[in-house]
Formats: sequence, structure tokens, C-alpha cells
Amino acid sequence: MKVRHFLARERLQSLIDRLVEAGYEVIGPRVRDHAILFEPLATVEQLPVGIIDDQAPGHYRLERTDSGRIFDWATGPQAIKPLTFAPRETLWRSERQPDGRLVFREQPPEAQPTAVIGVRACDLAALAVHDRHFLHDAHPDPHYRERRQNLFLVAVNCMRSAATCFCTATGDGPRAQHGFDLALSELDDGFVVEAHTQEGQAILDTLETTLASHDQLEQVEAGVERATRQQTRGLPEGSLPEMLQAAVAHPHWQSLNDRCLTCGNCTAVCPTCFCQTHLDELSLDGKTSEHGRQWGSCFDPDHSYIHGTVIRAERPQRYRQWLTHKFGTWVEQYGRSGCVGCGRCIAWCPVGIDVTEELEALSKAPDGENPP
Amino acid sequence: MTSALVPHEAEVVGRRDETPDMFSLQLRFTDPEVQAAYRFTMGQFNMLYLPGMGEVPISIVSDPDERAMIDHTIRKVGSVTRNLGRLEVGDRLGLRGPYGRGWPTEEAEGTDLVIVTGGLGCAPSVSLIEYVLHRRGRYGRMHIIQGVKHSNDLIWRDRYAAWRRHPDVEVYLTADTGDTFWPWHTGPVTQFFERIDFDSARCSVFICGPEGMMRAVIKAMREREVPEERIWLSMERNMHCAIGSCGRCQLGPKFVCRDGPVFTCRELAPYLSHRGV
Repeated sequence: MKVRHFLARERLQSLIDRLVEAGYEVIGPRVRDHAILFEPLATVEQLPVGIIDDQAPGHYRLERTDSGRIFDWATGPQAIKPLTFAPRETLWRSERQPDGRLVFREQPPEAQPTAVIGVRACDLAALAVHDRHFLHDAHPDPHYRERRQNLFLVAVNCMRSAATCFCTATGDGPRAQHGFDLALSELDDGFVVEAHTQEGQAILDTLETTLASHDQLEQVEAGVERATRQQTRGLPEGSLPEMLQAAVAHPHWQSLNDRCLTCGNCTAVCPTCFCQTHLDELSLDGKTSEHGRQWGSCFDPDHSYIHGTVIRAERPQRYRQWLTHKFGTWVEQYGRSGCVGCGRCIAWCPVGIDVTEELEALSKAPDGENPP
Repeated sequence: MTSALVPHEAEVVGRRDETPDMFSLQLRFTDPEVQAAYRFTMGQFNMLYLPGMGEVPISIVSDPDERAMIDHTIRKVGSVTRNLGRLEVGDRLGLRGPYGRGWPTEEAEGTDLVIVTGGLGCAPSVSLIEYVLHRRGRYGRMHIIQGVKHSNDLIWRDRYAAWRRHPDVEVYLTADTGDTFWPWHTGPVTQFFERIDFDSARCSVFICGPEGMMRAVIKAMREREVPEERIWLSMERNMHCAIGSCGRCQLGPKFVCRDGPVFTCRELAPYLSHRGV
């Protein structure tokens, strides 16, 4: 068993300082635009003291409490996806020479060492999914790899769940399980800290800590247990890939026609959605062209466009595409579901569509029909 | 490491108009080493790039043994393909590939071939037919079935006439709507399946065209007890990266660009049963 340490609350600044001294740009949770975002962090005063999040379908509000805790919020709209999979980036440029020749110049991947404090178990699970997609393939993505290799991750075990959280149902939380360097568990007077990598241990060794007491470890267990109990949403029993395959013509899909705006908010906040749109921009003088990519969405009609036709022209078809890939065929592609239970798609859907409710409805036989 | 997404420069070494809205471009990489190292199999595709426009996936229609140039037949439908149509010999463009898994030309050796095509002159199947005719001894009987919406849509009529003259090759042409001078059949491509003579236990069925037609052909082939793993489909989906990253061509548990574009019916049948998947 890993040795666990206790870092007194007043010493948290030293973690930031040691990371800066080790050459990292430090990123942490901060309140901006009424939401928790991962932003550059210099001092502990910038952290969201006493802030919790009230989340529900189509609803996200921050609330101030008297608590001195800084990690009692559950999830912000971003996971750490933007730090590894850039929302928009240039891949290469083409230059037209005066004699008509074309020269291609690759945009070299760039990244600086970055330490992120406050990464949740669901975000780590999503990162592992992206590693599988972007790195473990015949053509590993050099841009993703560069940023990924430069990440130092300080996880935080959740002691409180939002109403939209369901990571216990996907098996991804609330405790961080893998893929982090250090993990913090927040108590009133400080943090239980454990290292999971040599890099994490090296930072931990520079901090002034005490051995965590039995009582402190029990408080951590109780906190994680509380976060587990607070989760009320779940997923239907049984194999979701089989259920969704059987439900391909379920009449419930049609109900999405009256609700889903196909805005793509769910795919933007989803920490595992990786679809991209590649685009080409010509300079004003017409000589150079930048070829880049940005986050795409299967809710965009253009996503399924082929020579004059949109394959998924109707809204329910696009919602079906997203849900059946995420919870169904994703499993065959990546060995696990594409959902990590973070609940962001529920909170950030402007009309409050709740994936857990949609899956429940699809798992039931249509009205008037007997179960298969 | 050079990203797999960066094109190489290529030069147009030949072009011909096939119809008012279809043309062919013969391309060659300007770097002789890149050209010399380039290998492909039937049914694979390349990404063709025009500055300021973007990239499009286009099937390769030349013979894999042809090493001096790479041929593509292209229909003008969007901004990239329309501007590719304006290229002339000597013009430069971007080219990367080949991508994907093509037709199982080796696995099909020694079997009867049924090649079913729907829609406007499906270039992947035409090049497949030419490939087989250049290696005639390796394959059994060949049935070529081409369906078009309207008789005016049939291009390369002389090729169909020439194919018909080969021994053990039968050609069936049909249009949903035929004009007065349409000498062949009208109606769906499936009308021929009861009468054509091939060995259901030792055949390879290749299908290329609209998915509605694919569903009808698969159904008819099941009735003739052709095993699902002997039926291959060439699929089309939107593609931006061609290496299984951008997600746009995901179809069931597959990425069409990387795992296809040619699939067995067994792999895809569950995902073809409904529209809009």
C-alpha cells in the first residue's frame, strides 16, 4: 500500500511553488464567467474557496458556502480535454511558389510542461480513452502526444457529487484510480496526499508533510463514500451495446425531434468526444494556406455530408448517432464505453436532455409492445 | 516524425473529361522517391488537396502494377472537386495516401465474381473489372451488373460493350427510367439475381453504390445462400483525416477510412439495416 501523507491546508501554496520551480506552468480550478474553469494558477487565493456547484438537467450554478474547502465543486464545463486535444490548431501549411510549385510545411507540435491541479476521476478516465484513440493506433497523433507527455496531473478525489454525476455507474469514480502523478483528498484542515509516479513522488518529497493518521484516512474513506451515496443517476442494467443495437428503430428516438436542438453542447463538454473538422484557410495574398483542425460534432449536419447528401439529415438520427456510438459501438472500438459518468452533457444541454433517462427509455419496450 | 496528415506535392501528368461533370486526373508525386515507394491495392483511396480549398477522398482507379502515375476519376460535386476539374497538365496539388482496406482481390481468386454497381459510373468497380480482365485466368465467371437511375446516367458505354465480348463475362445493365433508345433493362438490379449463373458456395460478390441498393442486393444474395463473408461492400462516409482520427466516417464499430472502405457484409450488416446510421 502506498504511503499517504498529510499536507496542512496552509502549506498548499508550497505545492504550487514546487511545481513552478520544477518548470511547470500550473493550471488549476478558478471561477470565471460563473463557472469553474481550468486556468493558470499562481496562488491558493485564486482557488474557489467554499464554492460548490448546483447541477441539474440544463442547469449549472455556483454557490458560495461557509466551508473553507476548495475542491467541493464536482465538475466544471471543461474536463482537461482542451489541454491535450486543442480546440483549434494548425497541422501544416502549404505555400505556393512563384513557379507554381507547392511546398508543405508541418507545424511542429509544441507544448510546455504543464501541471494541472484538481483533475477528477472522471477526467482521468476520459484521458485514458483519448490516449487509446490518439496514441494507440497506426498513426499516433504527434500534437496530442507532445501535450500529453508534458502533463503532470494532480488528481482530487471527490468528496461531494453533483446531482448530475454518475461515475459510480460507469465505474470511473469518485476516487481517482489511475493515470495521475499525485492525488489529493481534501479534509477541513488539509489534504491527504499520495504519489502514484516517480515524478509525483519527487514533488511530494519536497513538501513538508506528516504521515497521514488513521483518523485522517478514515475521513477520506467517509468522504468518498458520501460522494458515492450522493449519486442517484445510473445506467440501465445489462449490455448497453446490445440494448442500443436492438433499439435502433425504437419509437423513442422520434421524441428527440421535439427536444434536441442539435447544438452540439454535449459533444463540446464531453471529455471523450474526439471528432474533428479539418479546415483550410487561405492567406489574403493567396500564397499560403493553413490547414488545421477544430473540435467537430456529430450534431453538425456537415459531419455526415457526402457528395450532395447528408446521411443523418434528421435530428433524431444525429442524437442516435451520438448515443449509440458513446454507449454502444464505442465498446468494440476502445474496449470500454465512451461515457465516464461526469454528467456534463446533462447539465450543459440547454434543454436538459438527460442521457441516463434517454437510455432508460430506450431500454424499455415501446408502449403497447411486450418486452422482447 | 512527419505527421501522416501532411500531403506531398504531386503533378498532373494527364487529364481527360469523361462526361460533362466527370473527369480523370493522372497524378505523379514530384519527389521521385515518394513515387517509387508508393504502393496501393484495388479499392484504396487517396486524399487530394487544393490550397485554400481542402482535401477530398478519391478512389484510385489505375492498376496497382502501373507505377508511373496514379489515376483518379472524379465527379464535380463540391468546391474541391469542381476546382480539381480545372487543373491542367503540369499543375501542382497535394496528395497523400493510399488509405484503407481495398477489395480482396487475392481472396477472390478462383471464385466466380458478381460485381454489382449502382449510381453514376462507380469508378471503384470499373477499375476492379479492368483489374480482373487483365488477370483473367485467376478468376471464374464474372457477372457485371450496373444499375443507374436514368439511362442518361450511364457513362463509359463502350467499356460495357467491350467487357461483354470477353469469354465468361456477362453484363447486365438496367435503369430505373430508360429513354426510348435504352436497349437494356429497366427496374432494380436485383431482377437478374435469379437467372445469373454463379456458384453460391464459391463466389465473391462486390457491391458499390447507394446503401438502399446494397440492402436489396444483400437480401437477394442471402436468398441465393451466398455466405455473408463472401459479400463485400465499398462504403462511403464523410472523411477529413483518412487515418481513423477525425471520427467523421465512424459507422458502427468501424472507421470507414481505416477499417474499410471495403467491408464484408458480416462486419457491417447490423449497421446497414436502417437509414441515417
